[in-house]
Amino acid sequence: MSGHQRVRFYQVGSHVVGNRLLDPGQRTVQARTDRSNAITSGHRACRGCGEALGARYVLDAAMRASGGQLVAANATGCLEVFSTPFPESSWQLPWIHSLFGNAPAVASGVAAALRAKGREDVRVIGQGGDGGTVDIGFGCLSGMFERGDDVLYVCYDNEAYMNTGVQRSGATPPAARTANTKPIGKHPGNAFGQGKDMPRIALAHGVPYVATATVADPHDLERKVEAAMEVRGARYLHVFVPCPLGWGSEAKDTIKLARLVVETGLFPVFEAVDGEVREVTKIRHRAPVEEYLKLQRRYAHLFGPDGHPEIVARIQAIADRNIERYGLLDGDVSSSHGYAEESRHEEGE
Amino acid sequence: MLKQTEGSAAVAETVAACRPEVVCAYPISPQTHIVEGISDLVRAGELERCEYVTVESEFAAMSVCIGASAAGARAYTATASQGLLYMAEALYNASGLGLPIVMTVANRAIGAPINIWNDHSDTMSQRDCGWIQLYAETNQEAADLHVQAFRIAERLSLPVLVCMDGFVLTHAHERVDVPEREAVDAFLPRFEPAQALDPAEPVTIGAMVGPEAYAEVKYLAHAKQLQALDAIPEVAAEFESAFGRPSGGLLRGYRTEDAETVVVALGSVLGTIEDTVDAMREDGVAIGALALKSFRPFPVEEVRAALAGAKRVLVVEKALAVGIGGIVSADLRMALAGLEVRCDTAIAGLGGRPITGEALRGLFEDAVAGRLRPLTFLDMDWERVEAELRRLGEGGRSGPHAENILREAGIVAGRSH
Repeated sequence: MSGHQRVRFYQVGSHVVGNRLLDPGQRTVQARTDRSNAITSGHRACRGCGEALGARYVLDAAMRASGGQLVAANATGCLEVFSTPFPESSWQLPWIHSLFGNAPAVASGVAAALRAKGREDVRVIGQGGDGGTVDIGFGCLSGMFERGDDVLYVCYDNEAYMNTGVQRSGATPPAARTANTKPIGKHPGNAFGQGKDMPRIALAHGVPYVATATVADPHDLERKVEAAMEVRGARYLHVFVPCPLGWGSEAKDTIKLARLVVETGLFPVFEAVDGEVREVTKIRHRAPVEEYLKLQRRYAHLFGPDGHPEIVARIQAIADRNIERYGLLDGDVSSSHGYAEESRHEEGE
Repeated sequence: MLKQTEGSAAVAETVAACRPEVVCAYPISPQTHIVEGISDLVRAGELERCEYVTVESEFAAMSVCIGASAAGARAYTATASQGLLYMAEALYNASGLGLPIVMTVANRAIGAPINIWNDHSDTMSQRDCGWIQLYAETNQEAADLHVQAFRIAERLSLPVLVCMDGFVLTHAHERVDVPEREAVDAFLPRFEPAQALDPAEPVTIGAMVGPEAYAEVKYLAHAKQLQALDAIPEVAAEFESAFGRPSGGLLRGYRTEDAETVVVALGSVLGTIEDTVDAMREDGVAIGALALKSFRPFPVEEVRAALAGAKRVLVVEKALAVGIGGIVSADLRMALAGLEVRCDTAIAGLGGRPITGEALRGLFEDAVAGRLRPLTFLDMDWERVEAELRRLGEGGRSGPHAENILREAGIVAGRSH
């Protein structure tokens, strides 16, 4: 281990966080020495795990927003398994894991108990991966939404069942390779036209706060957590978290992928209050989907001599549709060229 | 308060007297009247500081109870049949986490074929889920058992199922002395959880446990059930001195002294069984009955002591373990191991088929005369069974048994054959 770290000066407004040049009051919760470390170090997450990052950003921000008065209910999944190998626990807040499919209901139960006891100062978070949220926990989540239970539910979406060995979920994107959507046969990878758009489903329930975010933008993510904590009732936050193991990506590319998914238009980042999309994160340097896809072995079958450019084109069409639907582009749109140049620059360091 | 009331209403009022803080409700017959009754009491302001949560499934009902109980609230729900099975995974979780939830089961058959009537298939299927299972004989006992159930559950940090026969009890109107709130308050202290989700003292609940400790954790669950063998009769005795009537406990013998034949059963059927025992006693038959009140934990020693003097035991079971026969009988035979006591099984009352005094009389006489085979099916229509078996043997597309049997019986319009 080297005794010193090479200092890299980033500009505020570049693609990196730029915290150091910000006024301390504007820095992220993560940058603060008094952050709660709600999920603390020593857990067993893989190198480059987006979910571990996402959970820490979300919970530390929620802990700060609630003054440390927070309880979390966790679905079965990677986050639960890597954080609590008995007798160890990474959780520094009251935390319960019950089952795979019931985290929203358990959170509702905690909220009901707190209400009955007049402890509404204590806030409740439910959390799970995409399988626990859009598939097996869907019924309980829908119930929690429609009753308006006072819970912020957070989905850490890595687009497949990673804990069981990377199987397809209702959040797996088209063409992606998983353990049961392999590039075998005429239609390689996951099918098109399937899957659930959970944030829109949440919106359809009429819950007061719905937002999406990625681990690439902690400022945005933390602001959304804080905004969600300002609201009472059922709230939903959908966080995009890359998974190096399941996606076949480099651990160092987790943040880059979370940024690219936004810059391609494949994952619209927005905030909806009282059923209306109030804000979208504009694409600053639009990137073609290839840039995002090529960093992941789950899409490797789309490229090379036996590749499938027609499938890549279909994925691009999805991104284009998102861009149109959410108005993700400003008037002055940068080409992808600038981004590609910068990313080469980073790799060269 | 002594009143003429429906079983479900008596349970609803009693549960309310126990001051639950979170009640979950999902409709399934024949349990619905109970949670409807509690809803009325909450809405009328008679049950304060209680959150009444109408959930979207039984799985959610138990899951909300899990969250509520883990956060330190007294939690209650009720279900039956398919609903109990739908929450099966959460049942194991609640007991594994040591959460003192109390749940009423209005015992009902399980489909297919779908059937809303009473038997014990539902709770027997959850025999090993780690919950204490208490069976009520009457509506008075059903009401009383809930007061005791919260005491037992919270003392041991174990969830308790109070089983009452669907329709037979839940929908029967009879005289019940519904426990008064003041008396219940004196009997049932405030719930002080062993551990709770509290920001002032953060705990991790539900961590992953590997082979290095899982077996010990499971044994401790067993050990707690064994502690319940002491707690259940103690609480029943305290209840009797506080409320002035016996209710609950592990088991209750009826005219078992000098009985050569003892009939063992659970739940409301014991009324008819005891009437039949009385009639046969008048005719000089040395017969008695044993009411099993606690099925989990199974009171092995107490059952053994109660049956040691008998020559033969007949277990009347309202559930069938397909592929072997009796469920309670298997446990009973373990309790009788080494004793010279014959133990036979009669499967009766499945899917709500009435268990009549006349049928029981015939059954018991066969038992006394040694004419019973180890496994008997009371009031089975063997002709129909044989006909369906013949049809199957002939091959071809016979269709579902249920529809064939109904057609054979002329109960629904069907094509002629």
